Amino acid sequence: MSRLMIWLILGVTLTFLIGPFLIVIFAGMSAGEALAFPPQGLSLKWYAKVFTVESFRASFALSMFLAIFGTLAALLIGIPAAYALNRYDIPGAETIRTIVAAPIIVPGIIVGLALLRYFVVPLNVAITVALFVTHTALVLPYAVRVVSSSLNNLRADMEEAAVILGCTRLQAFTKVVLPNIRGGILAAFILGFVTSFNEVPASLFLSGPGVRTLPIDMLSYMEITFDPSVAALSALLAFMSVAIVFIAERLLGFSRYV
Amino acid sequence: MSDAFVSLTDLTLSYGQTVAVPNLNLDIVEGELIALLGPSGCGKTTTMRAIAGLMPPAQGRIVIDGADVTRVPANKRGIGLVFQSYALFPHLSAFENVAFGLRLQKLPQAQIRAKTEAGMATVGLTGFEARKPGEMSGGQQQRLALARSLVMQPKVLLLDEPLSNLDARLRLEMRNELQRVQKETGITMVFVTHDQSEALALADRIVLMKDGKIEQLGTPAELYARPDTAFAADFMGFENIFRVEGDALVSDSGRLPLGYQASAQILAWRPGGVGVGAGPHRGRVIASSFAGGHREYVLDSALGQIKADAPIDVPEVPIGQDVAFDLPQDTARPLAA
Repeated sequence: MSRLMIWLILGVTLTFLIGPFLIVIFAGMSAGEALAFPPQGLSLKWYAKVFTVESFRASFALSMFLAIFGTLAALLIGIPAAYALNRYDIPGAETIRTIVAAPIIVPGIIVGLALLRYFVVPLNVAITVALFVTHTALVLPYAVRVVSSSLNNLRADMEEAAVILGCTRLQAFTKVVLPNIRGGILAAFILGFVTSFNEVPASLFLSGPGVRTLPIDMLSYMEITFDPSVAALSALLAFMSVAIVFIAERLLGFSRYV
Repeated sequence: MSDAFVSLTDLTLSYGQTVAVPNLNLDIVEGELIALLGPSGCGKTTTMRAIAGLMPPAQGRIVIDGADVTRVPANKRGIGLVFQSYALFPHLSAFENVAFGLRLQKLPQAQIRAKTEAGMATVGLTGFEARKPGEMSGGQQQRLALARSLVMQPKVLLLDEPLSNLDARLRLEMRNELQRVQKETGITMVFVTHDQSEALALADRIVLMKDGKIEQLGTPAELYARPDTAFAADFMGFENIFRVEGDALVSDSGRLPLGYQASAQILAWRPGGVGVGAGPHRGRVIASSFAGGHREYVLDSALGQIKADAPIDVPEVPIGQDVAFDLPQDTARPLAA
C-alpha cells in the first residue's frame, strides 16, 4: 500500500474518533444562544453556566456516588468471586463466568426495562437503591474480568509459601495476594468508575422525580433547553474521563489490565 | 526404625478418585539429606506436599520428631519448603521476604532484624536487603528462598527440584551451598528431583520412586552400583537391559546367544560396560560421537540398539561399518524381573 493511502486511512480514522469530541468542545464555546456548529463567536459563558444549573449539581453528585460506591461494591463482590473462580475447581465455573459477564452482553436497555418492570415497580424499591444495584451489577463483569487477569499472573504457590511460613489462608490472601493484585484492582476501579459514570441505557429507565444520573439529566435538559451548555458539560466530562484514564495509564500501565 | 525423625506410615495420598501414592512407608533419620527421586508422576512431589501439610493424606500417619502431625495444618507444622519456582513475594524486598515468617511470629523488632541479617549472611546475600526479588538473578532468588525457610529454623526442610531452574555452573555452586548449609545447620532435608545425577551427588540416601511406590532405597553408591530392578537400573544409567532366556538374551527385535550361563532373569550393562572392537557379537555402527574421555557408539545388533562407550584408544569405527562387541559377564548387573 502506498504511503499516501496509509496516511489517508489514518486521517479518516482519527477524524471519526476525535472529530466529534472536537465539535462538542467548540460547540460549547459558542457565544450564541443555540447549540450549533460551527459556533457563533467564541466565549466561555456556557462552560461557566454549567456550574450554575441546580439539577446538574444534584445529578453530578448522584453519578459520582454511583460511580464510586457502585464500583466499590462491585469490587467487594468481584474480588472474592474472581479469586474463587481462579483458584478453586468449582462445579459450573464456566456457567458462573457467563452469568457474571452477562451485563456486558445483554443490551443495557433490556436490563433497565426488566429491572423497572420486575424489580423497582413490584417491590417498590427506591430509585436510588435501584440505580445503586444496577450500576453495581453492570460494573461487576469488569471487576471480575480485570481482577481475574491479574490473579492469573500470580502463581498459587506464593500463597502456599506464605502458609508454610505461618500464615492462615486469610492472612496469605491479605498479605500476599492483595498487594500483588493492587494494580489490577485499581485498574478495575477506574474502568468501573468510567463505565458507571457514562452509563445511559439502563439508567434511562431508573429515573424518578429529582433522581437522575448526570447523562440522563443532560438528555432531559436538552429536551427543554437547547443551549450550548450541554455541549460544554459533555466536553468537561470527556476531559474528566480522559484525565482519569491518562493518569491511570501513567501510574500503573492501565492498558495492561484491560 | 527407632531413630526415625520423620516417619511416614501407611501413607495413602489421592487426588479425588486417583490414588497417587498407595501405602507408603518411609523413615527419615535426623540430620540426613534424603532425595525423593523418580520420573514425573511418580508421586515424589505429592509425598513432599503431604509432609509439608499442603496435601491431606487419605490414610496413614505422618510423625515428625515424635509428634503425630497428620492433622496439623501446614502453617503450624514448623516445616520449611523451598518451591521449585521459589515463590518469593514480588512486592516485598529481599529483607522483608526473609523476615516474613518471623514477623508472623510477632518477635521483637531487634530479634527479627538480627535473625534476618544472619539468614541472609548464611546464603551470602548480605547487601541485597533492599532489592526486590525481580531485580535478582535466578541463583540469588534461589538462595533468598532458602534463607526465607532457614530463618524459621524448621524441623525439616523440603526442597522441590532445588537445582532445576539454574544453569549448569550455578547448579554446581548451589549444590555445594546446600551441602554446606546442611552441614552447618544440621537440618534434616528432603529434596525432590527427577535428575539422578543431582540425587547421587547431593543425597545421603536416595528413595527411588515409581508409580507412588518405593522402587529402591539406598545410599547413592548402593543404588548406582547395585540397582535391583530394570526400572532402577535404567534410572542409574544402565542403558542396555535385556531379558534372559536360557543362554541367550532376548529383546523385541530378536535373540543373541550369550556364550555363558546367566543366573538372573534380566541382565543390564552400562554403555561403559560394553566392549567395543573385540568380542563374540557383531553390530553395525549407526551413531558415533566424541565425548572427551570416550567415544559413544550406538550399535544396531540382533537385539536392536546397543549403547556402548569405547575408550579413546580404541580406533574409531566409521558409521555404517560392522564392529565386534562384547557383553561381558563381569560388567553385567543381574536384575529381578
